[in-house]
Amino acid sequence: MTTRELGPIAGALRHIILMVGAAVMIAPFVWMVATSLKPQGEILVAELRFLPERWAALHNYTMAFTRVPMLRFLLNGVLVTAAIFALQILVNLPCAYALAKLRFRGRNALFAVVLLGLLIPLHATAIPIYILLHMLDLVNSYTALVLPFTISVFGIFLMRQFFMSVPNDLIDAARIDGVSEIGIVWRIMLPTAIPAVTAFGIFSVVAHWNDYFWPLIVVRTKDLYTPPLGVAFFRLNDAGTEYGPLMAAATIVILPLVTAFLLAQRRFIEGVTFTGLKR
Amino acid sequence: MTVGNLASAADTVEADRQRDWREALAAMALVGPATALIVVFLIGPLVCIALLSLTDYQLGAKALRFVGLANYAEMFGDRVFRRSLENTLTYVGVVVPLSVFLGLGAALLIEASASLRGFYRTIFFLPVMATLIAMAVVWEFVLHPQFGMLNLALNAIGMTGQDWLHDRKIVLFTFCGIGVWQSLGFNMVLFMAGLTSIPRDLYEAAEVDGAGQAWNRFWTVTWPLLGPVTLFVVVISAIRSFQVFDAIQVLTKGGPNRASEVLLYTMYSEGFEYFRSGYAAAVTMVFLAFVLALALFKTWFLDRRVHYG
Amino acid sequence: MAQVELTGIAKSFGEVRVLRDVSLEIRDGEFVTILGPSGCGKSTLLRIIAGLERQDAGRIRIGARTVDTLRPNERDIAMVFQSYALYPHLTVAGNLALPLRMRLLSWQQRLPGARWFSPHIRAVERDINRRVSEAAALLQMETLLPRKPAQLSGGQKQRVAVGRAMVREPRVFLMDEPLSNLDAELRVHMRAEIAQLHRRLGVTFIYVTHDQAEAMTMSDRVVVMMDGQPLQFSSPGAIYSDPVDLRVARFVGSPRINTLPGVTTGRRSIDLAGLELPFDVALAAGERVTVAIRPAATGVAGQHGLPGSGVPGLSGRLVHRENLGSDLFLHARIDALDTTVIVRQDPSAIDAFPLGMQLQVDIPVDQALAFNSAGARIRSRVVARAAAS
Repeated sequence: MTTRELGPIAGALRHIILMVGAAVMIAPFVWMVATSLKPQGEILVAELRFLPERWAALHNYTMAFTRVPMLRFLLNGVLVTAAIFALQILVNLPCAYALAKLRFRGRNALFAVVLLGLLIPLHATAIPIYILLHMLDLVNSYTALVLPFTISVFGIFLMRQFFMSVPNDLIDAARIDGVSEIGIVWRIMLPTAIPAVTAFGIFSVVAHWNDYFWPLIVVRTKDLYTPPLGVAFFRLNDAGTEYGPLMAAATIVILPLVTAFLLAQRRFIEGVTFTGLKR
Repeated sequence: MTVGNLASAADTVEADRQRDWREALAAMALVGPATALIVVFLIGPLVCIALLSLTDYQLGAKALRFVGLANYAEMFGDRVFRRSLENTLTYVGVVVPLSVFLGLGAALLIEASASLRGFYRTIFFLPVMATLIAMAVVWEFVLHPQFGMLNLALNAIGMTGQDWLHDRKIVLFTFCGIGVWQSLGFNMVLFMAGLTSIPRDLYEAAEVDGAGQAWNRFWTVTWPLLGPVTLFVVVISAIRSFQVFDAIQVLTKGGPNRASEVLLYTMYSEGFEYFRSGYAAAVTMVFLAFVLALALFKTWFLDRRVHYG
Repeated sequence: MAQVELTGIAKSFGEVRVLRDVSLEIRDGEFVTILGPSGCGKSTLLRIIAGLERQDAGRIRIGARTVDTLRPNERDIAMVFQSYALYPHLTVAGNLALPLRMRLLSWQQRLPGARWFSPHIRAVERDINRRVSEAAALLQMETLLPRKPAQLSGGQKQRVAVGRAMVREPRVFLMDEPLSNLDAELRVHMRAEIAQLHRRLGVTFIYVTHDQAEAMTMSDRVVVMMDGQPLQFSSPGAIYSDPVDLRVARFVGSPRINTLPGVTTGRRSIDLAGLELPFDVALAAGERVTVAIRPAATGVAGQHGLPGSGVPGLSGRLVHRENLGSDLFLHARIDALDTTVIVRQDPSAIDAFPLGMQLQVDIPVDQALAFNSAGARIRSRVVARAAAS
C-alpha cells in the first residue's frame, strides 16, 4: 500500500500491535486445543497452563467419537453441504446464464426478483418455510436440511455478473459448433467460470457447514444432526463439565474448514472477499 | 404474389413459430427450476410472513383467525420484546463500530509492510472460518469464572475476573466481544480489497505533493478513497449483527433474566418453542424491517457510488 | 460449396432499423467482403447469415437450401470471430475437435469413458484426430495443439480460430473482422494467408471488415454497406475507380477523395467556381452537384501538364504538406470553393512546393466523378470510357 518500507521504529510498533491482536484472536483456539489434550484433573485447576503434564488426547478424542455419534454428525455435515452446493450449481447456473446471455420474456422481472431476494436473510422466511415443510411432512429429513438452500439468489446474481463478462462471441461460436443452450451452460460456461464457481463454493460450504439456525429448527433426531448441532448436543449431554472431550469435539468440527483454509488461504480470502463485496 | 409464394410464406411463418417456441423452451428449461424455487422458498414465504403476522396462527392448529394488528400491539406492549429490541440495537451499536474500526486498523497495519503479512492475515481471518457454534462452546470455557483462560489471565496480572455469561450487567457485552472477535477478520479482508484497489500512483502523487508521512498519506489518499468502502462495510456488518443468534441460543438462551435476549432469539423461541407462528411472524417483520432498511440504503445509496472494478 | 442468396433481409433492434431490404447474390467459391463503417449493419448481416440472429423479413438460401429456420450448426457454415472465441478451458486440439465431436457423436457417446465400451466411438475419435492434425498441418501449427488459448499469441489464436472453422469443412466461411485485434504487421501477413486459404479451399468466403485495405486486397467482390443498405457490390477496382454513390467514393481510398461543390450549366458541363468542366450528360441548368476526384488523379499545373495543356485547373494556395516518403500530399486551399484539395505528388519534388505558394490544381475531366445532390453518380460517357480502359 505504501511506496516505501516503514522505518525501524514504526515497523517494530506495527509488529507489537499486531502480535497482541493476533494473540487475542488465536487465544480461544489455543485454549481449545490445549484443553482437548488435558485430563479432567488438569482442566479444572485455577492455573494458566497450556501444555498438559499427563497427555489425555487419545482419551478425549476417543470420547468425542464414542460418547456421541460424532462420525455420523460429520458425515451428515459433508452430505448436506455437498448436496446443497451441487444442487445450487445445478439450479442456479443455468438461470444465471439465461439472465446474462439470453433474451426472453420476463427476464427483467426475474432479475428484479433476484435483486430483491439478495436483501432477504433466511431468518425472515424461516417460519413459512418451516410450516410448508411441516405440511409436507418433511420436517426432520435431509430434504428439509437441503431443499430450501438449493435456490441461491446470491449464487444466481454472482454467476450472472461473471457470465456478463464472458464474450458473446464464445457463446455464438459454440452455437455454430452445434452446442445446445443447455450444453453451453455445462460445456462452456461452467469451465469458463471456475474461479467464480470456486469462490461461490467456498462461500456456500463455509455458510452451510457452520449453519446452526436452520438445522436447529428442522432437525429433531440425532441421526440427522449436523456438526454444529452435534457440538451443542454434546455440551448439553455432558452438562458442560467434561471439558476435555467437549473441546476435542469442537476441534474436530472446526478442523475440516480450518485445514482447508490453511491449505488454500489465498483462495479462501479471495472467495470470501469476492462474495462479500458483491453481496 | 403467386400461390407458390403464399404457400412458402406460410411455411416460413410456421417455421418461425417453431423456432420461437424452441428458443422459449430453452429459456424456460434454464430458468424454470430456479424460478419455481424462488417462488416457493422466497417470494411465497415473504408474502406469507407478512400475512401470518396479522393472524393468530399456531403451528399445527386447524384454523386461524385474522386479528389485524393485535400481534403488533401485543409485541410493543411486551416487556420481553422491548428488551429484545433494545438488546439487539445495543449489540449492533457496539459490534459495528468496534469491528469496523478494528478491521480497518488491522487491514492498514497488516498492509503497511510485507513483513509477516500473510501470517497476520491468516490469524485475524481464522475466526471467520471457524464454526461459530463450536467456538461459542470454546468461549464458554474460556470465560469460565473459575477455570477459564480469561479470568486466569486477568488474575495473573492482578485484576479480578467476572462471571461473564451469568452477570446480567455484563452478558450482552460479552456477546458483543465474541461478535467483534468473529467479524473483525471479515471486515479486515473487505478493507484489504479496498486498499489494493487504490492506485499506487496516487501515493506517489501525494508524496510529490508533499504528503510524505504515513499519517498525511492516510488522510490525503487512503481515507478519502476508502470512505465509500467503509460505509459499505458498516452496512453489511450491521446487517450481519442484526442476525446474532447462534452463541446466545447455545450459551444463555437469552438469559440470565432476558439480559441477552435478541430479536432472532425471541423469534425462534416464540415460533419454534411455543409455536406461536403469528406472533413470531410479527417479530420477524420487525427484524426484516431493520435488515431491509439497511440493505435498501446500501443498494440505493452505495451501489451507485462504490466501484470495485 | 455453395452460393449464398439473400433476398430482402431486414432487421430492427427496437426502434433502430439496422438492415433495410438487403439483397445480395454471392457466387459459389467467391471471396466477398462486406465493407462499411462501424454500425452500418454489416456484422448483423453476417450474424443473420450464420443464424445467430434472426431477420425480421427476407430469405436466405445457402446452396440449394433455404436456411431461414435452420439452427447455426445446421447451416453448413463456419465462423471466425473478431475475439477468436476460443474455448479457454480446452487445448488447441480440443478447440479444433469440438465442432467435430458435436457433429459426429451423440451426447451419450461424448460422455467421458464411453469410448472404452465402443469401438465405433474410438473409430470416430481417430477420424476426428486425423482431421484435427490435417488442419493443424495445413496451418502449420502442429506444435500448438497441446497448448491452451491463454498461452498463445494473438496471431496464433487467430490461426487456431481459422483452423476450428476449417475442420468442419463448411460450405461457407464467415469471418467477422478477424484481423482487427492484430498488430499492423501481422495483419498484412494474415491477409495474404487468408487469401491463400481461400484459394486452396475454394469455398465461399464472406468477410466483414471496416478496413478498406483488407477488402481491396483479398476480395473477388466487395459490398460497401452504409446505414443498413448495400450501396455497391462490385470488384475492388470498380469500387475504387467507379463508385456509384458519393458515400462509397468517400469511404474508399486514402487520403479521402476530394469533393468539390459545383452547379450544372445546362450546356453539358458543370461549373466549379468559374471553371467549366465538360460533362457528357444532359442535365438541367442550376442543379447542385458534387465533383469528386482522387488525390492521385489530380496534378499541379506546370508539373503534371503544362499550363494551357487543356487540363482545366483551379487556383489555390499551398497550406500544408504531408511527406509520407512514398507519397507527397499537398493540401491546397481553394478560396473560390471554400474547400481544401489534396494533391498527390512525387516526394522528390518537395522543394518545388514551398508552403504558401500559389498553385494551379488540375481537374482532369476523364478522372473526375460527378454525383447529384442525393449522392447518386451522374455518368458521363467520358468517364465511363475511362473506367473501362
